[in-house]
Amino acid sequence: MSHAWIQNLLFLGLLLALAVPLGPFIAKVMEGERTFLHPVLGPVERGIYRLMGISGEEDMGWKTYAWAIAFINLLGIAAVFALQNAQAALPLNPEAMGKLPTDLALNTAVSFVTNTNWQNYGGESTMSYLTQMLGLTVQNFLSAATAMAVLVALIRGLVRRTSNGIGNAWADLVRSTLYVLLPLSLVMALLLVSQGVIQNLAAYVHTASGQVIAMGPVASQVAIKMLGTNGGGFFNANSAHPFENPNALSNLIQMLAIFVIPAALCLTFGRMVKDRRQGWAVLAAMSVIFVLALSVTTWAESKGNAGLKQLPVDQVVSVHQGGGNMEGKEVRFGSGATSLFATITTSASCGAINGWHDSFNPLGGLVPLWLMELGEVVFGGVGSGLYGMLLFALVGVFIGGLMVGRTPEYLGKKIEAFEMKMASIAILLPSAAILIGTAAAVLSTAATASISNPGPHGFTQVLYAFSSCAQNNGSAFGGLNGNIPFYNYGLALAMLVGRFGVIFPVLAVAGSLGRKKVTPEGLGTLPTHTPLFVAVLVGVVLLVGALTYLPALALGPIAEQLSLR
Amino acid sequence: MNLQLRPALVSFIALSVLTGLAYPALTTGLAKLIFPRQAAGSLIHKDGQVIGSELIGQAFTSPRDFWSRPSATVDANGKPLPYNGANSGGSNLAPSNPDLKKAVEERIAALRAADPEATGPVPVDLVTSSASGLDPHISPAAAAYQVHRVAKARGLDEAKVRDLVAAHTEPPQIGVLGDARVNVLKLNLALETLASK
Repeated sequence: MSHAWIQNLLFLGLLLALAVPLGPFIAKVMEGERTFLHPVLGPVERGIYRLMGISGEEDMGWKTYAWAIAFINLLGIAAVFALQNAQAALPLNPEAMGKLPTDLALNTAVSFVTNTNWQNYGGESTMSYLTQMLGLTVQNFLSAATAMAVLVALIRGLVRRTSNGIGNAWADLVRSTLYVLLPLSLVMALLLVSQGVIQNLAAYVHTASGQVIAMGPVASQVAIKMLGTNGGGFFNANSAHPFENPNALSNLIQMLAIFVIPAALCLTFGRMVKDRRQGWAVLAAMSVIFVLALSVTTWAESKGNAGLKQLPVDQVVSVHQGGGNMEGKEVRFGSGATSLFATITTSASCGAINGWHDSFNPLGGLVPLWLMELGEVVFGGVGSGLYGMLLFALVGVFIGGLMVGRTPEYLGKKIEAFEMKMASIAILLPSAAILIGTAAAVLSTAATASISNPGPHGFTQVLYAFSSCAQNNGSAFGGLNGNIPFYNYGLALAMLVGRFGVIFPVLAVAGSLGRKKVTPEGLGTLPTHTPLFVAVLVGVVLLVGALTYLPALALGPIAEQLSLR
Repeated sequence: MNLQLRPALVSFIALSVLTGLAYPALTTGLAKLIFPRQAAGSLIHKDGQVIGSELIGQAFTSPRDFWSRPSATVDANGKPLPYNGANSGGSNLAPSNPDLKKAVEERIAALRAADPEATGPVPVDLVTSSASGLDPHISPAAAAYQVHRVAKARGLDEAKVRDLVAAHTEPPQIGVLGDARVNVLKLNLALETLASK
């Protein structure tokens, strides 16, 4: 057994150790209880409410809540778009980066607001430091806060009885940013700098031999890019760049940062519904799928590239070399830490990379692709992973209810036609965006001209792009040239559909559940904290994912795998 | 339905200032105070000039030096410019792409031409391009593969060069994180001091 497998186990152990205290902390914050941070940040929170002219206690119905979320996200798109247009004339631009083309600027604005962070640009050759900070870093925070708010609203819908309100969107946004995302980011940014991640506002360094080395406020952006499951790199090479991710320890910190809030939120959920077993059941279902996926990627990438087998190349894993499939990977990580990172980043809606997925072996690349297509509910994005998984839980109890012939219930709330309609819309819209978008692209000569690899792999590049965008992941099969109007506009649309086509139905479900009474548990109730329900949940997620995507996957990675013999 | 105009605008501005200006500024200040060397890029100075960063790889082409991994970075016009620290990136070649196989064959041929006596299989990291195009490391196996050439070109004892590689080999962190590696720039700099002794 190579040490990569021990690294995998160590990661899972540390994740659990971090999530267990963080989960209840987040619950406290979102319920407005005092925490150890309140003496310092409490006055800031109250100050912001005063400026806003609210108390933070006003209860909103789901439509008002949805409008608040939509409004602040629209402002975000406008601000990021404007900054990219004006950056040439603004300060903190030592490399004199110019105005971006409209299609690219719009794609980037939508991408960061929707927590996708798909990047059709290379950071160090395109963006000023001000745009990176005031545009992109801000949206890394706000998009994560948005999804946390929506999740908490959904949980309130499950908890409350005959209530019209699902909480105050502004308080949810401010609290998650102020008490959860900001403090964690500050600590993590400094940890990263200690390992070698740069943090400065200096001009690029020119060495004696003429090498130009890009600089910038990297650590502050990388910390939240991970914690907020955003994934947009400061540099083009993202977390493969030595200044973003200098060693295997910084790599471990970053991987933990991707999963820690999504994992903790399961426990937040358990605490808020006053039944911790419910949170653990969801966490268990996520972990089962994750471990299966991780095993396939680790195995596939340690194998080396079958296409190079006839050449005198040593790809065997040994103590003298990491070995495996090393095209597009860094030596300090090797195939093990790169496989782990890739599985994490696509289970979550992160999309940061520490090696290029485009150069992965066919099966090693299939797993990240399919994980995104499952809806990113395996841990998933901050907030969005759990609200997505809770929709699958509703589908699960519905199917379970059909099988035993009882009215389905989840946590005492009757699941009826309206909830099932909303859950179906939220699951089907991103899938439709992926499949229709891919179909449209392969019919367009402009779009197919962007493909960089021949054969089935070229098709996978396009499928990956639409899967990544519609599921708000942001990782890429990077050889595809996405910076053409077709993809800039098309993928922006997919990102919006994949984000708000889920958020609005989730809030509608929250509103509808909140108005219902709680039915006492009876003999016919399907318990939702048992291993049986975990199995049902895993089954539903995998089944929906397989039925929707197997034909497309067969044309891409599966065909490529068969051709590499 | 309340339009929420003021709360939306104010919260957006307040949170933008907090997360987009105050937080990066605070991080920059603290980083400069506590970790000034790392924050500035772990730069290596020699004779008052910056000669590189220990974290950013460089292209070495002389037979007297250890070579870094192939790099797929390009210049502003898209022309190949290996180890361009202002434009990171990888090849994104698929495992099934014939261009990848061709590139690997050419790299093997170049290594063989530089040292016809090294006839064993080439360690994979030495003939594949890295993800960042700026990989500062090679595997211990890739260093060992080059020892004969470097020692011969510099007229050094092979065992001495091998010891130097061993001294610059870093094991996986805490035994399990990542893989073993050798920093090429640091190794070549140490080689200079060894040679001048």
